[in-house]
Amino acid sequence: MKLLVPVKRVIDYNVKVRVKSDQSGVDLANVKMSMNPFDEIAVEEAVRMKEAGTAQEIVVVSIGPEKAQDQIRQALAMGADRGLLVKTEAETEPLGVATLLKAIVEEEKPDLVIMGKQAIDDDCNQTGQMLAALLGWPQGTFASKIEKKDGEIHVTREIDGGLQTVSLKLPAVVTTDLRLNEPRYASLPNIMKAKKKPLDVKDPSDYGVDLKPRLEVLKVTEPPKREGGVKVETVAELVDKLKNEAGVL
Amino acid sequence: MAILVVADHHNEALSDATHKTVTAAQQIGGDIDILVAGKDCRPVAEAAAKIAGVRKVLYADDARYEHRLAEPLAALIVSLADDYDAILKAATTTGKNVMPRAAALLDVMQVSDIIAVEAPDTFVRPIYAGNALQTVKSTDKKKVVTVRATAFKAAEENGSASIEDVQPADDPGLSSFVKEELTKSERPELTAAKIVISGGRALGSYENFEKLIFPIADKLGAAVGASRAAVDAGYVPNDYQVGQTGKVVAPELYIAVGISGAIQHLAGMKDSKVIVAINKDEEAPIFQVADYGLVADLFKALPELNEALG
Ligand SMILES: Cc1cc2nc3c(=O)[nH]c(=O)nc-3n(C[C@H](O)[C@H](O)[C@H](O)COP(=O)(O)OP(=O)(O)OC[C@H]3O[C@@H](n4cnc5c(N)ncnc54)[C@H](O)[C@@H]3O)c2cc1C
Repeated sequence: MKLLVPVKRVIDYNVKVRVKSDQSGVDLANVKMSMNPFDEIAVEEAVRMKEAGTAQEIVVVSIGPEKAQDQIRQALAMGADRGLLVKTEAETEPLGVATLLKAIVEEEKPDLVIMGKQAIDDDCNQTGQMLAALLGWPQGTFASKIEKKDGEIHVTREIDGGLQTVSLKLPAVVTTDLRLNEPRYASLPNIMKAKKKPLDVKDPSDYGVDLKPRLEVLKVTEPPKREGGVKVETVAELVDKLKNEAGVL
Repeated sequence: MAILVVADHHNEALSDATHKTVTAAQQIGGDIDILVAGKDCRPVAEAAAKIAGVRKVLYADDARYEHRLAEPLAALIVSLADDYDAILKAATTTGKNVMPRAAALLDVMQVSDIIAVEAPDTFVRPIYAGNALQTVKSTDKKKVVTVRATAFKAAEENGSASIEDVQPADDPGLSSFVKEELTKSERPELTAAKIVISGGRALGSYENFEKLIFPIADKLGAAVGASRAAVDAGYVPNDYQVGQTGKVVAPELYIAVGISGAIQHLAGMKDSKVIVAINKDEEAPIFQVADYGLVADLFKALPELNEALG
């Protein structure tokens, strides 16, 4: 199989974001940026499929700023074969990204697209489902296990009540959940090797895709602050406070 | 304005998340219809017909909807979309799975996980694990919206809407159901419980959840939750995870035991009314959001708590 793995450059998950005082967004100046953690899981899964002989080629694509090349290089260092950056400095939305990915899929013709279930910046959880819709492909979202079986792909999905397994015709789109795998750290020799792997840079206009947002962001604000309360000394005091002060027991 | 609310259910019972989504729809304003798609689930349609302020229930009964697969369900929603200006569904795993697919087929940019309705086209939604709130105005003609159920009160049940059968839409036949392994529990559902007690990595094993957390949960009629670390370690099933990328809860009382309070965890519980933290590290960030903090070893504190609850 040929695999396509889209990755997004986002704020590192350890960083606590600050809202800008003019309410135009969050402050990303001098903040550590990383590959979206769910996308790392997607890259790892693709590399494991290649190592197991289920997949032969892995193409990694990012739609984002020039600097997203760092995240593509990281994926290459983890074991992907080739990278593609579609460069845009503008904020993108899932529908625009899915439309652009569709054009890339039509060019690359992968058998399977593996991507993160959600980006930890906009928390939308949409792009994979939208890409599947636009391509007319099946979707296996929130995957905790992916298996190739009888020419189809079995995806075990993390759902509200537990786990659901579906079988998808190929080609298909799969989105990753946390339990799918634990991504590797790239070794130094692999990081060096990744520098020589091919990485194409293109422009959204090369695909004739309009990335104009459909949602207008009116403002970005701080959520109401929750004040820390009191420390209690003993379990008895805790129970007393919950009963008589908070009235929740 | 006409609004379609897509019901959440498992063929047997209607989920409370539907009532809360109806409230969000009422805030948008307009005629509200509910779509119940499933297999042999007329009682669910009947329950939906009782929700206050609902004009009619559209009932699609067919095997292809039994397991809530995204491809046929999105096709059904799209087949009904012409009659509606807005389509809403709770941001459950089914909502998250199906709605973006329907949105893309309708060429609409979905507004995910809203916590407030500012105007019929303007919504507030958390971003960055709830560390910022974004107010967005949709410029699409049709709105496709998923709703964070905990942010809305449940609509009442004093209505008597009519139930209308709708034809199933063409099934694209791209996927098939293999199996479901559902967590069995007598306890209340996590997102609907009035009290939640969650355990973290510090619990160390399933046996400790069973010995220390479950008895307290049962005394309090509480649901049991967990941090990602506890789920990853296999102490409890995946659907116990509370947080940015798990379930969002907002109970009357949330008790966090042996959980450090990472932003991803806080994103799922910081709107609880009262938060209790039990942690042996007095510097643990969870104390910054806790109304009542107990610095203690959980292996000592939990048996005491169990005892104190009688
Ligand atoms: C993409 C992404 C998504 C994520 N999504 C989520 C999510 O949805 N939900 C979530 O919870 N996390 C999520 N996380 C993980 C999150 O960042 C933290 O790693 C996780 O919440 C930590 O779990 P914990 O608090 O149980 O473990 P730890 O951080 O290890 O904390 C354990 C705590 O137990 C205390 N302790 C130890 N022993 C005892 C004892 N005997 N008695 C009392 N206290 C004790 C320690 O002091 C410590 O504070 C996500 C991470 C990423 C990268």
